[in-house]
Amino acid sequence: MCWVLPDTMESFESIIEVDKLNKSFGENHVLRNFSLSLKQGENLVILGKSGSGKSVLIKCVIRLIEPDTGKITILNHDISLLDQDEMDLLRADVGFLFQSNALYDSMTIRENLEFPLRRHWSKEEREAKAEAAVKEALEDVGLAHTIDMMPSELSGGMRKRIALARTIILQPKVILYDEPTTGLDPITGREISELMNRIQKKYNTASIIISHDMSCIKMTANRIIMLIEGRNYAEGTFENLIKNNDPKVRDFFEGL
Amino acid sequence: MASQNILNTPFLQEVGEIARFTGRFFREVTKPRQEWEEFINQCYFIGYKTFTLVGITAFIMGLVLTIQSRPTLVEFGADALLPSMVSVSLVREIAPVITALICAGKIGSGIGAELGSMRVTEQIDAMEVSGTNPFKYLVVTRVLASTIMVPVLSSLAIAISLYGGFLGANLKGDVSWALYWYQAYKALVFADFVPAIVKTIFFGFAIGIVGCYKGYTSKKGTEGVGRSATTAVIVASLLVFILDLIAVQVADVLGFT
Repeated sequence: MCWVLPDTMESFESIIEVDKLNKSFGENHVLRNFSLSLKQGENLVILGKSGSGKSVLIKCVIRLIEPDTGKITILNHDISLLDQDEMDLLRADVGFLFQSNALYDSMTIRENLEFPLRRHWSKEEREAKAEAAVKEALEDVGLAHTIDMMPSELSGGMRKRIALARTIILQPKVILYDEPTTGLDPITGREISELMNRIQKKYNTASIIISHDMSCIKMTANRIIMLIEGRNYAEGTFENLIKNNDPKVRDFFEGL
Repeated sequence: MASQNILNTPFLQEVGEIARFTGRFFREVTKPRQEWEEFINQCYFIGYKTFTLVGITAFIMGLVLTIQSRPTLVEFGADALLPSMVSVSLVREIAPVITALICAGKIGSGIGAELGSMRVTEQIDAMEVSGTNPFKYLVVTRVLASTIMVPVLSSLAIAISLYGGFLGANLKGDVSWALYWYQAYKALVFADFVPAIVKTIFFGFAIGIVGCYKGYTSKKGTEGVGRSATTAVIVASLLVFILDLIAVQVADVLGFT
């Protein structure tokens, strides 16, 4: 274990706390006593090999998957104590960008973006503000002209941006990114990383970013946690970890 | 130990899972925040978009039944009973069951494939993280729409198939419009319609719940989506026959036959 905690993060308010999380699928122990703390305004990257439990971790955080043991606190709420309605309300403050984008393919882009509003805004609010909110979110990702198009008419990079627009439409306090640049060409990947930084600055969000794209990590990470065999193996800034001599850490940063 | 093994078969596990899924439907349907807009959409897709198929099938069904029954009745000198025989057969059994089987094919596979595709592309998860209850939005609306629209389609199918019967009776015979309908209705009593319509409510519910269960719990990518659609049709069709058998017995016990 090699811990390199950046001092600058200690002063921020904690948005998400994960304490001793365990999750197994049969004999496969995916997460073992995993803990993390995400501070206000921080971009925390979880780095690890495919199948190391990174996506399982953020799906536990948003309660798409129930952990076996451990405690998850979001904005001072222990999510295991929340009923379904309370959890649904809390989800307005937590955006989630899926690796596959998960756009509703039978709906237009406008309907995709309006969908999260229907649960969290009243009918009157939607009538008054939905159009402006959709346009603002689309302008944030530079795709205002796609408002009446279908997801199938867009390229992979555009779909990712639309998914991001849908994620930010409720202006969440924290965004969970599941491999945001996987499957994209390097230029589009870089554009998405820049977009993530712009959104973080504009809305002052905190983020957990699941990735093994070093270019994206370098551009977005304030802090990195290396998840190896379900454990928090190493932690630090990009600059700290790139100088680390641990062989398992070096494997990730080889060639940079 | 042996009894545990018997209970642990995949078939019984599946039955148990469907029962749990159905239980969840009844819990969710009574909770507030009904998805009326989606329910109306589903009534349109399930009802209106299936009507043409059901209508054409019902018309041919009435026509063929009449044409094929005629020679036998003529042989016994009972061709005057043709409208009565056709109407009783169509109202009590053939139109509701055939309509349900068509719906099992079209609606069951449609729901199974749609929800299955949404499951494997994480669209259902996306609904959940946006704070919408996907079970309520996707499952409850579709099951309710199916439960309501299958009896409506079945009633229309009965009317259209009787009209097909009228044309069939006139292909080789000469029965006036008034006489045909007089004889068709004379053979029927109100008690014939009650079990026919009531059982289609159960058919509609079974088609909706099986389609939704298969799609909602779909696994293993695109292959799983195909399997969900296919098994939804097979299980729903089988359930239609089983429910029909039960309905006939119950109607008999209650004196509706």
